[in-house]
Amino acid sequence: MPERTVTIGSAHGLHARPASLFVQAVTASGLPVQLTKGDKTLNAASILGVISLGIDHGDQITLSAEGENADTVLDQLVDLLTTDMDA
Amino acid sequence: MTTTTTPMTLRGVGIGRGLGIGPVLRMPDPLPEPADGPSALAADAEKVRAAGALAATAADIRLRGEKAGGSAKDVLEAQAFMAEDPTLKDDVNVRLDTGKTAERAVFEAFVQFRDLLTSMGGYMGERATDLDDVSQRAVAHLQGVPAPGVPDPDHPFVLVARDLAPADTALLNLDKVLALITSDGGPTSHTAILAREKSIVAVVGASGALSLEDGETVIVDASTGVVTVNPTDAERSAAEATLASRASAPVVPVGPGALADGTAVPLLANLGSVDKLAAAIELGAEGVGLFRTEFLFLDSDKAPSVAEQQAHYTTLFEAFPGKKVVVRALDAGADKPLSFLNDEPEENPALGLRGLRALRAHESILRDQLTAIANAAAATTAEAWVMAPMVSTVEETRYFVGLARELGLKTAGVMVEVPAAALLADRILADADFASIGTNDLTQYTLAADRLLGSVSSFQDPWHPAVLRLVGEVGRAGAALGKPVGICGEAAADPMLAVVLVGLGATSLSMSPAALADVRAELSRFTRKQATQFAELALSANSAVEARAAVFAAATPSTNTQKSE
Repeated sequence: MPERTVTIGSAHGLHARPASLFVQAVTASGLPVQLTKGDKTLNAASILGVISLGIDHGDQITLSAEGENADTVLDQLVDLLTTDMDA
Repeated sequence: MTTTTTPMTLRGVGIGRGLGIGPVLRMPDPLPEPADGPSALAADAEKVRAAGALAATAADIRLRGEKAGGSAKDVLEAQAFMAEDPTLKDDVNVRLDTGKTAERAVFEAFVQFRDLLTSMGGYMGERATDLDDVSQRAVAHLQGVPAPGVPDPDHPFVLVARDLAPADTALLNLDKVLALITSDGGPTSHTAILAREKSIVAVVGASGALSLEDGETVIVDASTGVVTVNPTDAERSAAEATLASRASAPVVPVGPGALADGTAVPLLANLGSVDKLAAAIELGAEGVGLFRTEFLFLDSDKAPSVAEQQAHYTTLFEAFPGKKVVVRALDAGADKPLSFLNDEPEENPALGLRGLRALRAHESILRDQLTAIANAAAATTAEAWVMAPMVSTVEETRYFVGLARELGLKTAGVMVEVPAAALLADRILADADFASIGTNDLTQYTLAADRLLGSVSSFQDPWHPAVLRLVGEVGRAGAALGKPVGICGEAAADPMLAVVLVGLGATSLSMSPAALADVRAELSRFTRKQATQFAELALSANSAVEARAAVFAAATPSTNTQKSE
């Protein structure tokens, strides 16, 4: 299954607004995407799950997805996560 | 203006500097917790009800977001995703399989996530309010009752709440809401952010606010963060007089900033990009006291080229021919890290490799930036000054000033944000051409209180005598050496405090352009002698609250004298 490891670029981490932009992108992709931080893996379309992981600026997370265009979708999500969405 | 120390006074963090007087109206109590009895329906039927209610809630919240616009829309969008959350839905369905009602299952699922966020504290904890709001709306939808929300009576009122959900704040009827008081929520809460954006008079985090009752009269003074409950007639008249004088105060014509005795205090603009240049000039900015350059760097994964930067600086300088424009070198790190500057994660980024420290570790970025500024300055007539952020030592000052000179810049100074730099200002200013005091960071470092943390927000007050004493050190050093000392933090935008800062030796004030008119008007009311007297009063106080109260008390008679002339 294709996966990417990425370092979070948003200054305040993945809190409400950046988390919402991320979840929006995941939902729009139509693919099931898994997000892993440390030993926790969850559905990346779950904003509550994403927020509750307490993902901070500079944290490393891994995304994985399956299905058509999985690589393209993952690349787009990585681009989003590496930019500072608070800027 | 009167402040009392009786128990009938509440204190919180004021947002803006407005004043409101009126009767209290409390946010209605939340819906009661749904009973935990067995459902009369089959689990599958309850699942359909729950899914329908959550989807309808999401749609309703999105609609509110569309209506509200601005930053409220982003916040509400996040709330809509909470209502649609697939993990939450799974959790609800598991509970429904045990025979619970949809109301109870939705309630319990939200509580579980809310407790999780609350246990994380800080920023996440403040999001718990958002989640409670979504929960209430979904349960109300299931029960077929209106969602609890902002009251809408036929008279103006002061709204009192624990904390407002973004949906409530965004849709407040501004014609009726005289002011807003919350018991919870710090300066980073959505309530505070949105109140600031919509210019709602607000005091947040006022503990004891929930003991206020409907119909009680309160005076809400955002400039001091004080709520006076059941004011005396004298207090009420004083507040009404203040409101009336603000409404009728002759607008001081746009022009150079000066004290009543003619002492010039140039009023400059803080700018974060070249987009707002025209607005700043229209509001009477006499130059730029702080040009933040982070915007040039934030969106990229590498530093912009000299030519790219030069084009921006040229636009900036061309807008202020012959005027002073202070450009701050890139201030990255702490709350605004950049991937190409800040390599290592830090436990305490505010105390880490930030500001000039980060630039020194990547000197080519600093050289490029100073070169671009020097090139732009050579091609224009503005008086181009540069300054280094987050300077702590004389040695750092010499490094920066030396480099700026080497690259062709005539005027190079430092920001004073670290107490060490303020305490040794006489030696730092011997090498620097000027100092500019960043009061936000100076307050954060002096009181050891993270400015991004709501739980210690009460420490983040530039009126604190310890902060003012440090400002005074810099002012004194500047006067002795004949070097300019500017202020470019939020403190300069607080009109009364601006007068105190001048009394402490500030020679220019820089602020967001929206604050220029109020500060210009306040400066014109007092002489240098009065400013010095206010500064002494503030310095001799024991706390920020006392300092503010002492200066306001001393300033009030003078305002009245002025009015009767």
